[in-house]
Parts: sequence; structure tokens; C-alpha cells
Amino acid sequence: MTSSSLPMDAKKMRKKSSIQERRFARQGLLFASPWIIGFLGFTIFPIIMAIYYSFTDYDMFGTTNWVGWENYIDIFDDRYTGRAVKNTIYIALVGVPIGQITALFLATLLNKKNVKGMPIFRTIFYLPTLVPAAACALLFLWVLNGKNGILNIALSSIGLKAPGWLTDPKWTKPALIIMDTWRCGGAMIIYLAALRSVPETFYEAASLDGANNTQKFWNITIPYIAPTIQFNGLMAMIGAFQYFVQAQIFSSITDYGSNAAAGGGPRNSMLFYCLHLYRKAFKQMEMGYACAMAVLLAIVVMIVSYLIMYFSEKKITYSVE
Amino acid sequence: MSKKGEMNVTASLVKQKASYWFGVLELLFFSFIFIMPLYWMFRTALMTVNQAFARPTVWFPNPIVMDAYEEVMWKVDFGKYVWNTLFYCLVPIVGVLFSCPMVAYSLTKIPWKGGNVIFTIILFTMMIPWTVTMIPVYSIWANLGFTNSYVPLLLPTFFGSAYYIYLMRQYMKSLPDSIMEAARIDGASEFRILYTIVYPMCKTVCVTIAVLVFMAHWNDYTGLMLYLKDSSKYTLSYGMAQFGDPQANQWTEMMAASTVSTAPLIVLFFFAQKYFLNGISTTSGLK
Repeated sequence: MTSSSLPMDAKKMRKKSSIQERRFARQGLLFASPWIIGFLGFTIFPIIMAIYYSFTDYDMFGTTNWVGWENYIDIFDDRYTGRAVKNTIYIALVGVPIGQITALFLATLLNKKNVKGMPIFRTIFYLPTLVPAAACALLFLWVLNGKNGILNIALSSIGLKAPGWLTDPKWTKPALIIMDTWRCGGAMIIYLAALRSVPETFYEAASLDGANNTQKFWNITIPYIAPTIQFNGLMAMIGAFQYFVQAQIFSSITDYGSNAAAGGGPRNSMLFYCLHLYRKAFKQMEMGYACAMAVLLAIVVMIVSYLIMYFSEKKITYSVE
Repeated sequence: MSKKGEMNVTASLVKQKASYWFGVLELLFFSFIFIMPLYWMFRTALMTVNQAFARPTVWFPNPIVMDAYEEVMWKVDFGKYVWNTLFYCLVPIVGVLFSCPMVAYSLTKIPWKGGNVIFTIILFTMMIPWTVTMIPVYSIWANLGFTNSYVPLLLPTFFGSAYYIYLMRQYMKSLPDSIMEAARIDGASEFRILYTIVYPMCKTVCVTIAVLVFMAHWNDYTGLMLYLKDSSKYTLSYGMAQFGDPQANQWTEMMAASTVSTAPLIVLFFFAQKYFLNGISTTSGLK
């Protein structure tokens, strides 16, 4: 159809709508421009630079020389990196599930309808998340104190062995996990919202069929809130790979006199991947090496996120069927 | 027959009652565990050092002494820290509430093709580890001569932040398009629509974001650690972290420092509880 064959009105309308469209595109771009500028300047450009630096011996001061794959090869040779990877995986595979299960468990406790004063309990479970990470580290240095900490006082009063949480390399990571589990309130609130969204009729129907609470939990609740579990789990997993603040504070405080080459607490038991990366970049000024570590981390985070989403999506559709 | 039925009913009632009380007991037990560390912090901060280490354990400070708080406040320039904290926490609220509604408006209420593309990229950027951009961004600011200042930490908030744009978008999506269309027909510019119509409708989510931004900057440790060298620029919670030194055995001081950096947030929480919880459940897409 040629344009001349169109009736006058339609032609005008089309012209008008394309003008309108262009106007919207201009406005849209204008309104999104703060983010676009920030994205180019603070995300895309730095990522490109990080990839470039990872192939150099960049240290911010001297001349920058191209070193090829050397940084990447060094990462695999560095025994501290191996330690850091192991510690990080420990947090991801032990700490994350413990935190998520506790959060879900507390949420189910809070989801009982007939108990009075629920908001008070909810507040109590949520309060720990308000404690700033730094203050929390100080607090747990005291709570987990070998001789005078409340946890060890409680443990020895019921006749259990009281470990040296922050001095024994075997117990430092469990100590961090205890601290993080105490702060699971955010995930708990999300689980609580999910539990409340499960339609009551599902449970009623199951009751009529004679299902008990355990069966209801595994066959109704869990499949229904599976997307939330996936979301929380993914977020916690990404968080675990980037585990930093707590470890940085704990190890810088507890690291007196010990092997300070890498500085990861007693026998580097708290040397996590990002902590090692940070120390390499800002203490030893090996920024090219640190950038290579960061690039590898980004790749791993993306692969793991993809896998979690891929597999849980499959499982979720399966369990709904 | 009917008797048997009655017994069943009584049995199930007893069972219900039992499970009710069991639930209450569980709640009390776990509340006790969760509140204990906080109590331990408040308790120790109000003690003398001798009391804190006394055996058998002293559960209630007696007498209550404020020595630890006094020490904490005299050892550092406390007034300066408070001032720094207010500056560091309030400026980003302005920044985020300037940039994020604008971007979210572009994504939801302006019908253009780029909106979806940008939203996808925003979601994607949330997964990029901060350590990847850490070094190049640091070297940019160092080259511009802005290290040891708040600029690298505050200026970026004026360019929007993925997470807050996301929260804002989730909310704005629910506003009816017909309002904007009507305003457009009346000849209102997009800026006018955003500032006179959309902003007032987004009050709740704006307050939620303000609370979250305030919290995030109050808690910030990594950013300050990277960029600040000068202790006169520290914020309250970062400055208080410098009291951490277990060898000095000044536990009462350390607990007073922790309390000082925690208590204001707890007070804020009690006033703005709704907004805290609002923000969390919006994130998970359950709102």
C-alpha cells in the first residue's frame, strides 16, 4: 500500500503518532538519563577497566604493563586463594542453609493465627538485623568471648564443652554463622509474607483428606512458597560469595600477632575470597591480581545464579503439576 | 457411637490446646535466645569492668553506672561524629529521591521501547559483585583527587541505584495510566506530571526508600573504610567500630560503643516499622 492511497486522516494520524512516539522516546531517555550516565560511568566503564587491569600488573602508581594470563595463573597457584575459596564455600554450603532454615522456621512460628502478641515476637526476631555490622561484630566478640561470653557461660552451665570461638581456627566459621543466623530477620519477614499468601482453602481441603501438619507443610506450604525460597536462597548465596564486612572486622580485630601475611584470623580460618581480594588490592597493592580475582568471582556468581534459577524453575513446575 | 464421637472431639480439642501452648513456648524460647545478645550488650554497657567479669555472672547491673558511655564520648569527637552521620545519611536520601523516581517514571509511565531494556539491565546489574567495580571506581576517584572525602560515596546516589529504582518501579506500576494520559491531554509536561501528580502518590514508597537509604548509610562500613583516611570524617557507627580491641579488655566501652551505634536505629524502627517491613516484602515481589 502506497502512502498516497491512504485516506488523508489516517496519514495525518500516523504522522502524529510517530511524532508522539518520538516525543515519548526523547522524554523516556531524558528521565532515565541519570541512571544511564551512572551506569556508563560507574558500572560499564569500571567493568571494562577491571577486565583490562586483570591482564596487567596495575598498582595505581607505577607504570602498567601487560602480563597476559599471568594473574589468572597466579590465582590458581596461590595457597591463600585456595584457603579463601574453601572458607567461602563453607559459608555458602553450611551457613546459607542454616540461615535460611532458621528464617523459615521462625516465620512458621510467627504464622500461627491465634497467638496474641505476634507483632512483639516478630519485632524481637527482627531487631538483630538493625544492629550495624560493625557493632554486631563487637557485640559477638563479647557474646562469644571464650571465658566471659554469655554463650559459653550458657554452654558450660548445661555441661557442654565451651569452645574458644574466636581463637580456635576450627570454630571461627561456626562463630560467624551463629552471628549471621542471629541476623536472619530480613529473610524471615519475606518468608512470613510468603506463608501468609498461601490460600487457606488449600489447608482446609487437605485437612478434609486427613493430612496432618507435617504432610501439609511438605506438600502444600513448601511447593507454594518455592519461588520465595529460591529468591531468598539466591540472594543469600550471592551474599555468601561476597562475604566481607563481618570477616574484615572479626579478622582485623582477632588477628593479633598471628601469621599476618594474609590476615584472615587464626590460621587464616576467616580468610574469605573478597577479604583476600581486598587485602591484595589495598594492602599489597596488587590491583591487577585483585581485578583478576574479581572477574573470576563475577563469572562464578553468574553461573551459580543461572544454575539455581534453572534448576529450581524445573523443580517448581514439577511440584505444582 | 455418639460417645465415641464426643471423645474424639475432646481429644482433638486437647490436642489443639496442647499444640497452641507448645507454639507459645517455642516462641518464648526463641525470643529469649534472640533477645539475649542485645540484652547482654545493654547490660555490659551499664556496668563497671569488674562487674562485667564477676563470677558468678551478674545478670542485672547493680549499681547502674554510665562510666563506659562517658569514656566513649570523651575518647572521640562525639559531636563531630553525630554531625558527620547526619550529613552522610541525609544527603543520599535527597540524591536517591531525586534520581530514582525519575528513572522509575521513565520505566513505567512513559511508553517507550527503551524502558524494558533498561529494566532488564537494572535487574542484571544487581547481580554484579561490588568487588568487580571496586578497584576501577576507586582509581577514578583517586585520579580526580576525591579520596578522603564523601564525594565518591554520596555523588553516585544522584545517579540512581538499581535496588531503589526497582522498589520505586514496583510501586509506580500499580498507578493507573489514565491519570497521566488525562494530564498529557491537558498539556502538562512530563516533569509536571511527575512532580505534581506522581510524587504525591508515591509518598509511602518514598518514605520506605528514605528509611532504607538512611539505614544503609548509617551501617556503611566498606565504603568508609575504602575512601576515608581521616578519623575526623568518620560516622558514628564507623567511628564506634574503632573501639574494637579485645586485648584492651575494655568490654564495657566496646558495648557502650555498640549500643550508641545501634540504639538510634532501634528507635527509628519503632517509629517507622511499617516502612521497614514494607520495603522488605516489596523486594521479594510478594507485595
